[in-house]
Amino acid sequence: MSHKAGTTKHVTHLTSSLSKDRFILQQLVSKDFKLRYRRSVLGVIWSVLNPLLMMIIMSFVFSYFLKGSGVDNYPLYLIVGNITFALMNEATSTGLRSIIDAAPLLKKVRVDRWVFPVQKVFSAAFNFAFSLIAVVIVMLFFQIAPTWHIIWMIPALLLLMVFCIGLSMLIGALAVFFRDMIHLWSVLLTAWTYLTPIFWDLSLLTNSNAPWIVVAVVKANPMYNYIDMMRCAIVYQASPGSTVIILSVVWALLALVLGYIVFRKTEHKFILYI
Amino acid sequence: MADTSSDYAIEVNDVSMIFNIASEQLNNLKEYFIKIMRHELFFKEFRALDHVSFKVRRGEVVGLVGTNGSGKSTMLKCIAGVLEPSEGSIVVRGNIAPLIELGAGFDAELTARENIYLNGSLLGYTHEFIDEHLQEIIDFAELQDFMDMPLKNYSSGMVARIAFAIATVTEPDVLIVDETLSVGDVFFQEKCEKRIKHFIDSGKVTVLFVSHSMKQVERICERAVWIEKGVQRMDGPVKEVCEAYQKQFS
Repeated sequence: MSHKAGTTKHVTHLTSSLSKDRFILQQLVSKDFKLRYRRSVLGVIWSVLNPLLMMIIMSFVFSYFLKGSGVDNYPLYLIVGNITFALMNEATSTGLRSIIDAAPLLKKVRVDRWVFPVQKVFSAAFNFAFSLIAVVIVMLFFQIAPTWHIIWMIPALLLLMVFCIGLSMLIGALAVFFRDMIHLWSVLLTAWTYLTPIFWDLSLLTNSNAPWIVVAVVKANPMYNYIDMMRCAIVYQASPGSTVIILSVVWALLALVLGYIVFRKTEHKFILYI
Repeated sequence: MADTSSDYAIEVNDVSMIFNIASEQLNNLKEYFIKIMRHELFFKEFRALDHVSFKVRRGEVVGLVGTNGSGKSTMLKCIAGVLEPSEGSIVVRGNIAPLIELGAGFDAELTARENIYLNGSLLGYTHEFIDEHLQEIIDFAELQDFMDMPLKNYSSGMVARIAFAIATVTEPDVLIVDETLSVGDVFFQEKCEKRIKHFIDSGKVTVLFVSHSMKQVERICERAVWIEKGVQRMDGPVKEVCEAYQKQFS
């Protein structure tokens, strides 16, 4: 299937398709961002306010329930877990529909299709960046100074994004052929929320003599590993354990490879199903 | 790719486009697996294009004729790269301005200015290029005072104007024009025709022109390709092809 771009070099058109795709990505992300808060009074402040309000409400109840579990600063613990999971939640649930929603576009112009699921992950990450302002506010409020361990945030975020890109490509491609994925995914996300120690701590599970299989499932859960890495950087102020790092890398690569393969194998048929 | 055939701007080599028409719509997993298990997953094959081949030289103006549903639009979409041919290959040298369906990626909530950048990025323009030619686009579409208004407040004619203005702001190597695409009011249509005519007259732009009006095809094109029910019937000088095409109706 050859569809070669021309031999003639044109200044007006981007010759390399990668730089074209980058410009498209940038335009789509900025579109998402502009549309998200257009015509709302507080605008982008909502990206900060949302995790803060969530944290206040949840810690109002759960902080008592977690007393003595070894979590020192529960509000901070909670908000870091919340925003990290929200990144995955937003990236995959928008990535899921990314190809279907891009239908009018894909039917009109020739554009690399991977741009759409990837763009959704970038949009979610952009939103995540604003939630970090909320984290800074919480840290200022409780007078917690970051240590050098804060740099662990960078690999944690990058790995999580790679994981989300792979996952979005996979489910985005599948959703084109089976719209069931849209319903299935919302169920899975809810289940995943409870399976991940966001508002509870792993010690609650280990202290209550849960069967090893339950603990193993929770620990293998990719989101546990990414959240733990994020918490190590911000909350625990320590380096993450080697198992967590290895699992984070393995999950990211696994998702990416699987997503890429499925996407590549099916993308030629998208146009016939959207 | 400086091979001997490089004086061709478009090469369509033995292209077939096959659509599977499912005997019934299966949109959920359960049904799908049940059908697979029972080996009942039948598809009816539909050939929208059947071994079509033609080549267009650089600077040539070629008309594509055929009755409704004969595969002209499918052909254009294949050349524009929106569809991928099931068999055969298509080579297009140079950048294409496909005036088939305009306004890709337009979002009603965004302003005209934002939409120009978004649509421009999809057409492969650079940011700098759009910066430079923004005024040109605005002038051509005649919407100076409304640049920062959301697109949903525009009339459909105005939206079409913007789309056309963006798509034709640069002189393309290959221009694909679908005549059924009529943009805006009579005055703007004239303006569009003038611009397309200007591209044709420059002699550098390769044009693929689709129309039902034989008069228009004969006036503009030198050569014509006739596709009927997906099969290529004729390829030759415009007069002969148009004559033969019209004969089928008499």
